[in-house]
Amino acid sequence: MDSETMTKNLANEVAKDVGNDLAKDLAMVAALVRRSANELLRVPGAAIPGVMAPTIFFVGLTAVFGSLTQLDGFHADNYQSFLIPVSLLQGAGFTGAAAGVNLARDIEAGMFDRLLASPAPRWVLLAGIILASCLRAMVPATMLLGVGFAIGVHWPGIGGLLLAIGMIAAMASVASSWGALIALHFKTQSAAPLMQAGMLALILTTSAYAPRELLTGWLHGWAPINPATHIVEAARQGFTEGVSWGGTWPGLVALAGLLALLVPLALREMRRTGA
Amino acid sequence: MSRDLRERCRRTVQAARVVSALGQRSVRQTFRRPQLMAPLLVFPSLLLAIQSSGAGRAPTLQGFPELGSHTFFDFLLAGAMVQSTLLAGNTGGIALAVDIEMGFTDRLLAAPIPRFTIVLGRLAATAALGLVTAVYFLIVGYIFGARIEEGILGIMAMLAIVPLSALSFGSIGAAIALRSGSASVVQGMFPLVFVILFLSSAFFPRGLLLEPAQTVAEYNPLSWVVEAVRDPSISAFSGDLIAKGFGGLALIGAVGIGMCALAMRRRAGAN
Repeated sequence: MDSETMTKNLANEVAKDVGNDLAKDLAMVAALVRRSANELLRVPGAAIPGVMAPTIFFVGLTAVFGSLTQLDGFHADNYQSFLIPVSLLQGAGFTGAAAGVNLARDIEAGMFDRLLASPAPRWVLLAGIILASCLRAMVPATMLLGVGFAIGVHWPGIGGLLLAIGMIAAMASVASSWGALIALHFKTQSAAPLMQAGMLALILTTSAYAPRELLTGWLHGWAPINPATHIVEAARQGFTEGVSWGGTWPGLVALAGLLALLVPLALREMRRTGA
Repeated sequence: MSRDLRERCRRTVQAARVVSALGQRSVRQTFRRPQLMAPLLVFPSLLLAIQSSGAGRAPTLQGFPELGSHTFFDFLLAGAMVQSTLLAGNTGGIALAVDIEMGFTDRLLAAPIPRFTIVLGRLAATAALGLVTAVYFLIVGYIFGARIEEGILGIMAMLAIVPLSALSFGSIGAAIALRSGSASVVQGMFPLVFVILFLSSAFFPRGLLLEPAQTVAEYNPLSWVVEAVRDPSISAFSGDLIAKGFGGLALIGAVGIGMCALAMRRRAGAN
């Protein structure tokens, strides 16, 4: 056998091993996602607060602040269409925070130690949590969209709807990374308010209640530098005006930035936990 | 003094001592567990900060009551205080339910003390928490430039109404705790706090709410309580609004205490 053939064979074997490892890792991610889905099917009541809270906020805030559309410069004719992306993202935020609470519960119960002792790489454990959150975030989103369309939210078009769904899934990833980071750091369910309040503050300190130009006080200065403002405005496009690339890319950049910050931090905390 | 009267006085003093001891225990319990205290201050403060800036141009809307030199932040301050008392009521209910789950309430029921003192001790603590939140929001308001139109008298009125409001809402939380005996059931009532708030004039003037919230807010006693707290802070005292506020508190308190009495009788009977 000449050296060229040997190199080729070696390369094939390495590629096969890498492929096998990746397939095993992905199977493990799928198993973790299934575990989270089982939880939802076995204890459906546990999902109720995560569905109820954003729906109550959406309907309630529409009733309370609906007259704001009469302000000069308010570019939406219907407040529920303006507000729904905020509530959708809030639902994703609560779902992600709940993933953090569940992780803290697993840590307290010793279940997470067993996962750490398994041959699964740390990134697989985190990917399972994040992917499960993306899927679970669709539960409050479906409920909210149903209620929203029933009370007059504009149909965003297929493009607008897909964009909003993508933003919800990405926001759930951000929120679950944040939740995992806090859970792994404090290792207790008592840190739950921090996971929830962090997401609530991130999403609501944006142009959530009114367009940027109508904000006053500290929020007028803060909203433009809050990355979540770009995410809210990108998700809002289909419901209020129409989707454009110019309105979408800042949201995508903001999401990528938040994920690039939070995922490595959560992963680092996970490695420390296992050390 | 007749023997009968002396005996009655002795019992009253004894009951007051039990209420005070249980109240102090409840206050200590709340301060020792940050997860009980934090929601009372964090959520209302967060919403106050966000809504006052997010909807800060609302006072320019046609139909918004004249605020004079006051801002939308001043308008929302009363809503934040009452929101905090609603949450204090919920927190008090959760703590009582935890006592029931741990068997502490059963021990109190077996003790030679009047049963009403068990609930009254908890409510006294909730009222004390209401006072703490009122002082906290007055300080926050002062720091961020809010001015109480009626000065010291207005502050005193607010410091009287807010703790009473905590006591009234606390009685509902206590009744649910006594009836269910489960902390998670009382915790599950948390979203209802926001439903009640959104269906009142806590965050926006009644006339500018959308229907059906506008009609519900008209008859929601919470609107009367919020308006009574708000009145001395942004305008001159209005006897009508203050009287309506106290009326609302009496109504909520009467319903709550009635529910507590029924639930306590049931629980004591079961024991």
